[in-house]
Amino acid sequence: MRYLPLTSHDRESMLATIGAAKIDDLFVDVPEAARLGGPIDGLPMHASELSVERHMTKLARQNLVAGEVPFFLGCGAYRHHVPASVDHLIQRGEFLTAYTPYQPEIAQGTLQMLFEFQTQVARLLGTDAANASMYDGSTACWEAIGMARRITKRGKAILSSGLHPHYVSVAKTMAKYTGDALETSLPTLSAETDIEALIAAIDGDTSCVVVQYPDILGRIADLTPLADACHAQKALLIAVVTEPVALGAIRSPGEMDADIVVGEGQSLGVGLQFGGPYVGLMGCKDKYIRQMPGRFCGETVDADGKRGFVLTLSTREQHIRREKATSNICTNSGLCALAFSIHMTLLGEAGLRRLSGINHAQACRAAERLAKVPGVRVVNDTFFNEFTIDLRKEARPIVRTLADRGVLAGVSLGRLYPGEESLANGLVVAVTETVTQEDIEALATALEEVLA
Amino acid sequence: MTINQSGWKPTSPTAKDGGAPATFTGNRALMLEEPLIFEIGDLHTTGVDFPDGDVAGSRLGDLTRKDPIGLAGLSEPETVRHYTRLSRQNYAIDLGLFPLGSCTMKHNPRLNERMARLPGFADIHPLQPVDTVQGALGVINELAHWLITLTGMHGVAMSPKAGAHGELCGILCIKAALEKRGEGHRKVVLVPESAHGTNPATAAFAGFTVEDIPATPDGRVDTVALEARLGPDVAAVMITNPNTCGLFERDLKRISDAVHAAGGYVYCDGANFNAIVGKVRPGDLGVDAMHINLHKTFSTPHGGGGPGSGPVVLSEALSPFGPLPFTARHVNGHIQLVEEETAGDDHPDTFGRMTAFQGQMGMFTRALTYILSHGADGLRQVAEDAVLNANYVLRSLEDTLDAPFAASGPCMHEAIFSDAGLAEGFSTIDVAKALIDEGFHPMTMYFPLVVHGAMLVEPTETESKAALDQFIGALRSVAERAKAGDQSLKTAPHFAPRARLDETLAARKPVLVWKEKPLAVAAE
Repeated sequence: MRYLPLTSHDRESMLATIGAAKIDDLFVDVPEAARLGGPIDGLPMHASELSVERHMTKLARQNLVAGEVPFFLGCGAYRHHVPASVDHLIQRGEFLTAYTPYQPEIAQGTLQMLFEFQTQVARLLGTDAANASMYDGSTACWEAIGMARRITKRGKAILSSGLHPHYVSVAKTMAKYTGDALETSLPTLSAETDIEALIAAIDGDTSCVVVQYPDILGRIADLTPLADACHAQKALLIAVVTEPVALGAIRSPGEMDADIVVGEGQSLGVGLQFGGPYVGLMGCKDKYIRQMPGRFCGETVDADGKRGFVLTLSTREQHIRREKATSNICTNSGLCALAFSIHMTLLGEAGLRRLSGINHAQACRAAERLAKVPGVRVVNDTFFNEFTIDLRKEARPIVRTLADRGVLAGVSLGRLYPGEESLANGLVVAVTETVTQEDIEALATALEEVLA
Repeated sequence: MTINQSGWKPTSPTAKDGGAPATFTGNRALMLEEPLIFEIGDLHTTGVDFPDGDVAGSRLGDLTRKDPIGLAGLSEPETVRHYTRLSRQNYAIDLGLFPLGSCTMKHNPRLNERMARLPGFADIHPLQPVDTVQGALGVINELAHWLITLTGMHGVAMSPKAGAHGELCGILCIKAALEKRGEGHRKVVLVPESAHGTNPATAAFAGFTVEDIPATPDGRVDTVALEARLGPDVAAVMITNPNTCGLFERDLKRISDAVHAAGGYVYCDGANFNAIVGKVRPGDLGVDAMHINLHKTFSTPHGGGGPGSGPVVLSEALSPFGPLPFTARHVNGHIQLVEEETAGDDHPDTFGRMTAFQGQMGMFTRALTYILSHGADGLRQVAEDAVLNANYVLRSLEDTLDAPFAASGPCMHEAIFSDAGLAEGFSTIDVAKALIDEGFHPMTMYFPLVVHGAMLVEPTETESKAALDQFIGALRSVAERAKAGDQSLKTAPHFAPRARLDETLAARKPVLVWKEKPLAVAAE
């Protein structure tokens, strides 16, 4: 077998060194009744690279590839062009096949990268600090709610109706066990966000308000009044960013005084990958860092006085604190964080701003064009690269019909909010730099035909 | 304007190594110092070309960004060089033996990488209509079938994003099952002292009280103490098998039977499944839930700390409570994704959703590729070779290093040593740091906690005998120096990109982001 270097001669001589007659003598502690006598029945035997490649390729061909059709899906995962050097660099064995940097003297590559990542993330989100990444945006979101509970010692979280419903769903799952009370509500197909309703709902029991920016329908609202209202009641404002490219064009939540900002970093470097692995972004104000879950990389010096980096503040973490840890989290999303960081370095300030400008301009063109389709109403006044249209009939079957015609039209709100009639006609359309004028025209034309 | 107001200056090289001359750059041939991107980049440089054209935005409300973000940009050549230079400061499996116990640092086949990058897997959106992603759902189902069959379990939850997330999934299934039975009052989870820290952290998160179970002197769970503690308040036992001392818990079936008789569930930490895959099925030992680290047993790359992937196999008793979404194959061969919408009919007892989408698809494709490459016969050989390699290390070094459980019988996939017998003032860290100078990544240090100065060595099955012999020779040499009190070990590593780093300083005055130096300092 190509991945196993031992020869049968090696095995014999090693068994002799050990003093065992046969390999099963090393498995004597496995109860004999449970020990398997040979390969498990009904499973295939080993296979060559070529035959495995054939099998996997066959499966891959059963999927409709986003890049091969006009493609408008977003809602928490966005298709952006990733420069070729990103994937090349993350496949360097020294990054790909390294472990968590527990031995910092021989892990400065990973550690310095994480320090740069933390700095990029903090600047992008507008926070004082950021951690070395979380599993994804949705898990970062509920970790932030837990963090707010620990900081405020209060148990009521108010979730905006504009928060991604899967993020709400994850938070609801976890709240059942942590005892947090969550106030949730459904969005409406209107241009108005629920900022005013959120402000009215804050009281002295509120630990935090969780608001998505831009929200699930693509709308953007100034968070400053909400932050002020939270702070007046000593509650925290948690902002959730599922599309970090937006922050090249609009003010960051941190600038608007959000206390904790979490995000999904998949847009940069990582790709769609059918939902994972992704990379959760998490930043906060300096005063809260000791309540933050996950890993931190920090700057220090070595015994010769040279600058170096280490994992730090680990007294919050499970391997030290065990049942008293801030989170059970152990792994971060290191390689995805690296991909994010390399892509961000390639873009730089100028590139990110240009990229976000192109996204917004292209989304504006798409919104204008779709507004001209009879039967279509553009719901949003404000948006970045994603907006919602009201088709005045159920959107979900239309999305399926358009997929059959080779257009992936967007995410129907019926998929995200099954059974909610008030939202069933909504279609969320994302328009990134990968969308061409021809793609927009293809979508508009297909909608015209289907809605006619 | 550049971000680097102060100008980057390399750290002055020290004249050590017997007075080797200092260099102008601070570099030493292939050992290249690399500044931070913020010290070499600026706000204007970009390594990406964009089409020309008007990008005037009109729908951003009054929220258009006005102030700079402060992101440093580099051109493409500079970017490639920056990260290539950084990469060379890392140790990695590709460079050599990486015997980090409990972490299973095995070879990462590149075929897995190639398959994960097929556009049919890499470039599909999690919310595409399910008709358009049948191949992706097919990968999930096929991998699920392997995991269920290899473990002898009833079902599997695929969405957990990492091992600890998988633990949480299993514990939440147990919680939901207890509540369904009207026994939500069971509040205690028993965890052996030798467990990974994630076990108690997970149980505590789910609202359970954690109680330690002692270990016997031979390194296994104290079955008598455990059985004595069982009762109507015990929800579950979390056991790692093979355990973190590298030993198989030979009484696991008896423990499971006792736990079940007392109304509790058995959670098995499957971090060490690599030792037994194809040799024994945890389902046959009475396990109710076990996470599988795809990044350990099934060779998906560790990537410098993730992403992981932690599917959880479940017994028949716990399967109904598993999380959403999951894939279900319908009779016509069409694979359905069960989400909140249809959960009421298909999966009414689910405890809910753990993450936004279907889980770590990119890891599923890699793991399935690896599994298909090995097949049922190859995976069995994986376990046998992993155990053989660990026992070879154990028996080759037990004359030099204290091996506290050497008399407990064969070890499984990892060999454990202690710092007993080292000279006064010398500890595991000194051995570990000296191994760095020998060109190896150190073993796991000071874990598990039940062994003083633990050194946990997991060679894995992808090491050749020659590589093991070199490692054994190096560890013996270092151990002998530590026993003799060789002071040079205290300052090791001597040949790494950095000497020992001041972790106390880092924690006392946390510097977590780069900040511009004040201009006054820059002028010096």
